[in-house]
Amino acid sequence: MYTAADPADAHAHDHAPSGFMRWVSSTNHKDIGTLYLWFSLFMFFFAGALAMLIRAELFQPGLQFFQPAFFNQLTTMHGLIMIFGAIMPSLVGFANWQVPLMIGAPDMAFPRLNNWSFWLLPAAGTLLISSFFVPGGAIAGGWTMYPPLFIQGGIAYDMSILSLHILGISSIMGAINIITTILNMRAPGMTLMKMPLFVWTWLITAFLLIAVMPVLACAITMLLTDRHFGTHFFDAAGGGDPVMFQHLFWFFGHPEVYIMILPAFGIVSTIIPTFARKPLFGYVSMVYAVASIAFLSFIVWAHHMFATGMPLGGQLFFMYTTMLIAIPTGVKVFNWVATLWRGSITFETPMLFALAFVFLFAIGGFSGLVLALVPVDIQLQDTYYVVAHFHYVLFSGSAMSIMGGIYYWLPKWTGHMYDEKLGKIHFWLTTIAFNITFFPMHFLGLAGMPRRIPDYALQFADFNMIASLGGFLLGASQLLFLYNVIQCVRGGAPAGNRPWEGADTLEWTQSSPPPYHSFVTPPIVK
Amino acid sequence: MQEHATSDTYYVPPPSIWPLVGSVALLALASGFALLLNKFSAGPYLMALGMGILLIMLFGWFGTVIHESLAGKYSDQVDTSFRWGMAWFIFSEVAFFSGFFGALFYSRIIAMPMLADAQLLWPDFHAIWPSAGPGLKIVLTPVDAWGIPALNTLILLSSGATVTWAHWGLQKGRQFQLKLGLALTILLGVLFISLQVHEYGEAAFSIRDGIYGATFYMLTGFHGFHVMLGAVMLSVIFFRAVAGHFTAERHFAFEAVAWYWHFVDVIWLLLFIFVYWL
Ligand code: HEM
Ligand SMILES: [Cu+2]
Repeated sequence: MYTAADPADAHAHDHAPSGFMRWVSSTNHKDIGTLYLWFSLFMFFFAGALAMLIRAELFQPGLQFFQPAFFNQLTTMHGLIMIFGAIMPSLVGFANWQVPLMIGAPDMAFPRLNNWSFWLLPAAGTLLISSFFVPGGAIAGGWTMYPPLFIQGGIAYDMSILSLHILGISSIMGAINIITTILNMRAPGMTLMKMPLFVWTWLITAFLLIAVMPVLACAITMLLTDRHFGTHFFDAAGGGDPVMFQHLFWFFGHPEVYIMILPAFGIVSTIIPTFARKPLFGYVSMVYAVASIAFLSFIVWAHHMFATGMPLGGQLFFMYTTMLIAIPTGVKVFNWVATLWRGSITFETPMLFALAFVFLFAIGGFSGLVLALVPVDIQLQDTYYVVAHFHYVLFSGSAMSIMGGIYYWLPKWTGHMYDEKLGKIHFWLTTIAFNITFFPMHFLGLAGMPRRIPDYALQFADFNMIASLGGFLLGASQLLFLYNVIQCVRGGAPAGNRPWEGADTLEWTQSSPPPYHSFVTPPIVK
Repeated sequence: MQEHATSDTYYVPPPSIWPLVGSVALLALASGFALLLNKFSAGPYLMALGMGILLIMLFGWFGTVIHESLAGKYSDQVDTSFRWGMAWFIFSEVAFFSGFFGALFYSRIIAMPMLADAQLLWPDFHAIWPSAGPGLKIVLTPVDAWGIPALNTLILLSSGATVTWAHWGLQKGRQFQLKLGLALTILLGVLFISLQVHEYGEAAFSIRDGIYGATFYMLTGFHGFHVMLGAVMLSVIFFRAVAGHFTAERHFAFEAVAWYWHFVDVIWLLLFIFVYWL
């Protein structure tokens, strides 16, 4: 498929600067990608630790360990850090490593800007995490930051708002970089419709980021001015409206959930064809499905606000558009299954994660459909059913496909094979523990248990105990992942250029690890 | 120092310390601002420090870019990247202003009538824009659109014309026209800002006066801030033009700033229509 003769290999001697400065001042997409991935892994464990505390408190009814105020800080910060610190940066890390390699580019379009996009993250992370230690503690109003609650807290609220501003700058610059790289740096012959699907999903995700991160910036700026400069954006006495914040937030928030899932779709669409040893079924329809999901994501936001109240016409509109999303999503699930059909399938760790993704993400999609029904949602809003829904799409969706992607490309990135057996154990423990943790939450929610609450009525005790036990197992299993990754970085069986025989994207034509500067002369794609 | 492999067609810059400096600057600025807002005395100092570091970073970073550009390191493909980058940046700015316009339309078209309908709470509140809301008991005198705002519209539109005139000069190799056009544009920009400051001084309401005051100052304030940024960027371009940095073929920096200026112009037109006039 590709003639990737690289005459430049001769002079592309690796001049990687070494030590501390290599990482701090890097203009290399691979190094910056690595930084993103380590940062997000750290944040994953930090926010995961908060989740362990949440599950410990919920192990039994009654207040066990924490005061309610601190419990609220835990749930808020868990959500915020997982979304902005773990999932989003790790997907940008994938984009950094993979996009230039997959389109045959020498680097990202703006390598210095790329470095800044990363180094803003530790700055923002410092600000956010240190807010645990200021008077009054961290923010506690939920990751959705609704006023009037969010207008009343202490300095941590300002720190978090400003931290989100920095994260937003980082995301927007990163997205501009990725979108420009994809539009302008493809190797000769790599037309848009020949791009690997992972690149397509990132093209569209980058567009979503540039369109909605500024809207979040608006919303939280108004929170800040309402807090300190006497504006009345969200205060009815002054003619404002707290519901306006919800509109602005979810206009960002719903595209945001697709920002977290589309690149994951891309990863899964790369892994499944490799291990089914068949080209992706329905490539063109996959591209259109991603584009229509992105389009729809702009006109469904108020499905998060059915219980807030809105005119009947609004309810109908947002219900129908939300249900429409199921169509392109269904197209994708269908295509993944059709790719498997009559393939010669093997079940290496990345493939296990990808298959579990298809199955479990579909469950999350279905619970989403249930929530899209206005009369049902008015019952289920702010219950554990919603918590179950978004963990099926975000943990078994985004996070598990990220893990699969790590196992898939780690041999390419490090030049070593990871421990396959350990990888499989990690997979099974994760999948089983995940379902033990989150499946019972559907029942809890249907029975009426509210979310974001440190104590609960006695009839919810059994399922909560099961969920907590599953949660601890889930948390502990991730240590295996950490161990496996570290071992693989440090050594292991040589991977060779193409450890997966079914893989046919451009990165596999490079050595493992690829030279510090790859595709210095662009390959010709036929 | 080291030799860096760069593509035949694409310039990959060597390692750079400026991004990290920029991150430290933003961290200092943000923490300082949080402290300032909560009345800690260290706040302003930390902010000043952050601002200083940010300025150093901007000088260093843009200095490097200008240096590389003059050294002829940027191929046509790099030039195209810059164009895409700037275009998407402006798109993100459009999204930013849409958020605030959205807030204006929402409060005017949806929230205000709803508050007026809440007869039990505020029986004598009527949905009349400009409104400071039912609870504040403030009578607003809005700014007259056909005074300073109309004049400012004229000024900003003319500045759009002068910057285009400067561009024509550049394209035809008439360096004097380029410099004169830029100087005029900057002058008009400064005039605009001065009038805006004057208008703020005269205005009979403040940002605290209900939703009208809030949306008015937020929108015009952020716009004014962007005009200021644009004027600073135009000044840099002016000095670079004086130094002879631009040729008829290669002058993306000029074009980027001109795009930005036109964008600020368009936002102003929308402001004039929806904030001042209607
Ligand atoms: C078929 C696709 C989907 C549908 C129909 C759907 C529908 C919904 C609805 C109606 C809600 C609001 C529930 C409520 O608060 O009462 C919701 C919440 C949520 N969804 Fe989805 N969803 C879908 C896919 C996704 C995906 C792919 C993600 C993320 C990767 C996601 C993440 C979330 C999150 C985080 C929340 C909760 C937000 C919060 O209140 O904190 N959803 N979804
Ligand atoms: Cu949604």
